[in-house]
Amino acid sequence: MSAEMLVSLLLTTMTAATPLLLAALGELVVERAGVLNLGVEGMMLTGAVSGFAIMSLTGNPALAILTAVAAGALLAAIFGFLVLSLMSNQVATGLALTIFGTGLSALIGTGFTGRPVPGLAKLPVPVLSAIPLVGRLFDQDALVYLAIVAVAAIAWFLKSTRGGLVLRAVGEADLSAHSIGYPVLRIRFLAILFGGAMAGLGGAYLSLAYTPMWVENMTAGRGWIALAIVVFAAWRPWRAAGGAYLFGGITVLQLYLQGSGLLPIPPQLLSMLPYLGTILVLTLISSGPFRARFSPPACLGKPFRPPT
Amino acid sequence: MRILVEPRRQPSRRLWTLTPILALVLTMAIATALFAALGYDAADSFMAFFVSPLTDLTGLTELAVKGAPLLMIAAGLAMAFRAGVSNIGAEGQLIMGAVAGGGVALAFWEQSGPWILPLMALAGIGGGMAWAAIPAFLRVRFAVSEILTSLMLTYVADLFLNLLVYGPWRDPDGMNFPQSRLFNDDETLGILVDGTRLHTGTLVALVLALAVWVVMTRSLLGFRIRTVGASAAAARYAGFGNDRVIWFTLLASGGLAGLAGLFEVAGPIGQIIPQITPGYGFTAIIVAFLGRLHPLGIVPAALVVALSYIGGENAQVLVGLPKAVTGVVQGLLLFILLASDFLVRYRLRLARRAGAAA
Repeated sequence: MSAEMLVSLLLTTMTAATPLLLAALGELVVERAGVLNLGVEGMMLTGAVSGFAIMSLTGNPALAILTAVAAGALLAAIFGFLVLSLMSNQVATGLALTIFGTGLSALIGTGFTGRPVPGLAKLPVPVLSAIPLVGRLFDQDALVYLAIVAVAAIAWFLKSTRGGLVLRAVGEADLSAHSIGYPVLRIRFLAILFGGAMAGLGGAYLSLAYTPMWVENMTAGRGWIALAIVVFAAWRPWRAAGGAYLFGGITVLQLYLQGSGLLPIPPQLLSMLPYLGTILVLTLISSGPFRARFSPPACLGKPFRPPT
Repeated sequence: MRILVEPRRQPSRRLWTLTPILALVLTMAIATALFAALGYDAADSFMAFFVSPLTDLTGLTELAVKGAPLLMIAAGLAMAFRAGVSNIGAEGQLIMGAVAGGGVALAFWEQSGPWILPLMALAGIGGGMAWAAIPAFLRVRFAVSEILTSLMLTYVADLFLNLLVYGPWRDPDGMNFPQSRLFNDDETLGILVDGTRLHTGTLVALVLALAVWVVMTRSLLGFRIRTVGASAAAARYAGFGNDRVIWFTLLASGGLAGLAGLFEVAGPIGQIIPQITPGYGFTAIIVAFLGRLHPLGIVPAALVVALSYIGGENAQVLVGLPKAVTGVVQGLLLFILLASDFLVRYRLRLARRAGAAA
């Protein structure tokens, strides 16, 4: 394999990892606040189709991305109202969000299937992008950079800021956080909105940059893989980046093998790789030498009602 | 005046039974508003979606045809959910049941005899069970959450079906279409009403839902399932193994989903094609909750959700609504149902501000 090809594979790995990373980072923050939102797939799909629709209608990429973010956050707000105000079961409500989001995205997308849009513009990083060979890695669209910046920003927020400390306290010990005087439900709601916005952004990356088009169910389980990445990451942002790049790599490897025809394997078997890889990784980190040393946030999935 | 929210000492049993109906009525109202917002005549779309399928024999029998797989799958899922086991991969288990049972049909396509269909059914159950056994094993042995594994396996099952239909199982006389041979007469379910698609599998579905009800209410196993679901600690104290309940509920729900899949290919479809389910495995989750995880509640719930499929097709033909509204209506229904559960656990009371000290 030539160096040039290696760089190409790395480049595609970065683009394949970006939607996973964006969605996983959002969910990571939600889970650190003690809420499990299984609706990532639905929010990603709705973000993907809303962004695509606006891009198709206006041709304005910034507006398209903002719309996708807003759409994801809007769906998340419904989820937040149900699980926080009405204390509904988080697993069931998350599933409802995925079912609803999948249906809603198909409905919005009805008139947009098969329409072409221009992909996101590339923004070369000065100097770095001029390096021969690897310079191509620094000539990507804004969302690829944003995803990486978001990892650092979220890691810093959770570890080193007061807000991050409060958010973690809410996820680890909701009653104590409440008795010190922090508004547990409001913090959780904000976290849920952030998670929805990031899922919407991840969806928009798929429909605006990764494959600039709209197809029903185009996320193909990426929302669920993002959930798995959060577990794999043991709720740590940098590990989430590692997980997203790992799964991005598996996706690219699978596409590369399909395209090259090197191995006499039917394409469907290769397409199974990311899903089987997810199961394998989840199994490895649940037991044995790879067992994660961190446990989930103590309040994950539990409803909270302020004592009166 | 303001509204006070007070927890009930006991969840209201009456509302527990009534809120699904309330959720249904609200869903119909919101869905109709949505149709109107999309620019369609509200009354016409309402009639086409919710009413007209119930007014003729074809519509009613189709309700049973689409309700049967939902009923079977939801009955199994209800057991799993009762035990706190989140099997959300019934869609994949359905596909693998259709693959295993349909594989038997293709293997014996030149044979005839009354033994073929039972053999197909057994293979269908086995296929679904085998697919559900994977998350069961991983959960019991490695403590891996069954939520993500069962869901991931759905994508794998779908690709596997695709591989077979585009590869070895493609009909050699089928002009290269991605579909298998047609099953022969001994490999297809009998029709109950001439001129409709109502097949004997719908009766089996009903019987199996009753069987689940008997297991859940009249057997020690059902008691164990309910105990483990209510409190894993209490169940351990009573000596009920959590692992056995996980295995049983996943295998049972997988087997029922597998049989539902086989009934689809041996019934309305009659061969194996790339798309054998419009998401029954996922929609059955709504059915299970709408039926309050009770085998008897699931029977009407399955018919209600089946109506959303037929209504969607009907509304597309009659008033031109996009077919995708079906998914939106199904999602809305589950959202509203989950929201209405609040009323079961909490009481709303109007109070004057002066007397509102609590």
